[in-house]
Amino acid sequence: MLEIKNLHVKLEEEDKQILKGVNLTVEAGKVHAIMGPNGSGKSTLSYVLSGKDGYAVTEGSATLEGADILDMEPEERAAAGIFLAFQYPVEIPGVGNMTFLRTAVNSQRKARGQDEMSATEFLKVIRAKAKDLQIDAEMLKRPVNVGFSGGEKKRNEILQMAMLEPKMCILDETDSGLDVDAMKLVADGVNALRDEGRGFLVITHYQRLLDHIKPDVVHIMADGRIIKTGGPELALEVEHNGYADILAEVA
Amino acid sequence: MALPQIKQDATEVRLAALDLPKGGWAQAAREDALARVRAMGLPSGRDEYWKYTRPDTLVQPDAPKASLLETDETLIFDDVDRLKIVFVDGVFSAAESDDLAMEHVSIDRLADAPDIHWAKDHYGVLETRGQTPVQRPLATLNTAFATDGLLIQVTGKAPKPISVIYRHESETSDAILHHVVKIENGAELTLLENGPAAARFNKCMEVEIADGGVFHHIRAQGRDHERRAATAIFTRLGEESVFKSFTLTANGVLTRNECVIELTGDNAVAHVAGACVGDGDFHHDDTVFITHDALNCESRQVFKKVLRNGATGVFQGKILVKQGAQKTDGYQISQSLLLDEDSQFLAKPELEIYADDVVCSHGSTSGAIDEEGLFYLRSRGIEEGPATDLLTIAFLAEAVMEIEDQAIQDEINSRVEAWLSRRRG
Repeated sequence: MLEIKNLHVKLEEEDKQILKGVNLTVEAGKVHAIMGPNGSGKSTLSYVLSGKDGYAVTEGSATLEGADILDMEPEERAAAGIFLAFQYPVEIPGVGNMTFLRTAVNSQRKARGQDEMSATEFLKVIRAKAKDLQIDAEMLKRPVNVGFSGGEKKRNEILQMAMLEPKMCILDETDSGLDVDAMKLVADGVNALRDEGRGFLVITHYQRLLDHIKPDVVHIMADGRIIKTGGPELALEVEHNGYADILAEVA
Repeated sequence: MALPQIKQDATEVRLAALDLPKGGWAQAAREDALARVRAMGLPSGRDEYWKYTRPDTLVQPDAPKASLLETDETLIFDDVDRLKIVFVDGVFSAAESDDLAMEHVSIDRLADAPDIHWAKDHYGVLETRGQTPVQRPLATLNTAFATDGLLIQVTGKAPKPISVIYRHESETSDAILHHVVKIENGAELTLLENGPAAARFNKCMEVEIADGGVFHHIRAQGRDHERRAATAIFTRLGEESVFKSFTLTANGVLTRNECVIELTGDNAVAHVAGACVGDGDFHHDDTVFITHDALNCESRQVFKKVLRNGATGVFQGKILVKQGAQKTDGYQISQSLLLDEDSQFLAKPELEIYADDVVCSHGSTSGAIDEEGLFYLRSRGIEEGPATDLLTIAFLAEAVMEIEDQAIQDEINSRVEAWLSRRRG
């Protein structure tokens, strides 16, 4: 599904190397988790994959189902099937959540040569999905993320994911700022989307989220590289011993 | 003090091109206004109040030519259940207008009002008050020479809005209209206005709102690119009364909208808002002066401007809180979204406060499209153009949301959306 080879990335504005050769393959149907200390490059990886400005790829490649995504505009990547659930979802005053979502869904359908979804059909689909995430009609009407609590913002991200049905979901610290109940709700939303054709890359600081979204593979990232890869037990090891042991081990 | 000769000459040249309408109850007010214009002179580029907006084409004797916009779109407010009044190049069109009759509302025209009329005690009164501390000679010129206008007296809750449509048919028309609105105790009216009106339009509206009265005003200035307009609203609010005005301006080579508000009764509320979108040869000036002269009043000024291709936006907004106007709550925000580096926004926010227990805030910013928001929308698959449009509408939202009627809000947003998408081709 997603194949990242020897990816080197630096900040455009300053000569600072953030990613120093990331190799990672996420297969369809699998959940990969990336853990790592602050500043290891986890969020940068998510931004580079989704096409945010300000980063320069100096070496390496990233492909989605064989297609080079690094040359695509952010909207082209989205239409190709990349979705990033933001750590800090952006507030957009004056644009209703529903309008935003319908525009997004139909933009992607158009880009893929599919018919646009009618207003009625869209309404039917979104209502069902919003209900599962305990998002009420009021929240759908309100401007995008404006006045939403931390939990509401994250649930709204998952709702977008459910509506857009991406092939490759990247979750950037989706657990940050969530209490246990909210985290469970978000995790249920993510789990409902797990299927054979879809890959997940879950970026997190804590093992906690991985109790709810069970990963197939866990990677540890440090200083712009993946330094260790293992099964779910690796996350537990981090939880008990912190990153110090692993960092010492590979040093 | 004698006027500079050059200003005196420019004023006389303009006056020579106009005829003072004779007779009727307004004659004395018109003659008084004429004398006042002569004394103060018409605006010139040297006046401090016209520092950011060149007044010469508003003052010169002939209206510069303005071609007509060709469009097959329906007019804004066409779907509203309303009492419709149409002026074509400033001339009342009986054929296109509804009967000037509605429950709780009396409507007459300035041009044919009976000899004895309630408006005699109001015509030019608020305009005259509004000349201190800053002179507004174009409004005074209007009081003297207005050829027509509406005299609207409201004694209860008007069953539907009055909708005034200003059509523009002649490329050289020069229209001067003057409305007087009187909202009696506890009465309520919504006034809608739309259209370019003329090649050059000078409009003055005086709105007296008695205790407990409510006046809503929503206006969409016409899209004809070369049209020019100088408009002024003068309003005075009694106790617990409400004044809310919103203006959408898309296109127009020159627009100066002045709004002069006096809060004279306790607990009154005045909101004035404007959203404008300009592309290229576009100069838009919002000039507001709000005087708080009573207890516990609230005023809000919310002005948003979207500018591109060298368009210019101007905001001059002042809140004056008089001694004793305690518990005043004044808010003023003026912001521009500059879609390129050629456009400019000039702002002069002012506060002058003589009471010690007040809350007044003001802010003014200029900025580009929010990159974070743009990336967020694009990451969801929305192309850069439509994503920029959505963020532009989002930028205007605070002003548009000043309109209480949700359907009209939606209508304004969809007009802006259409304007933006036309520019993407």
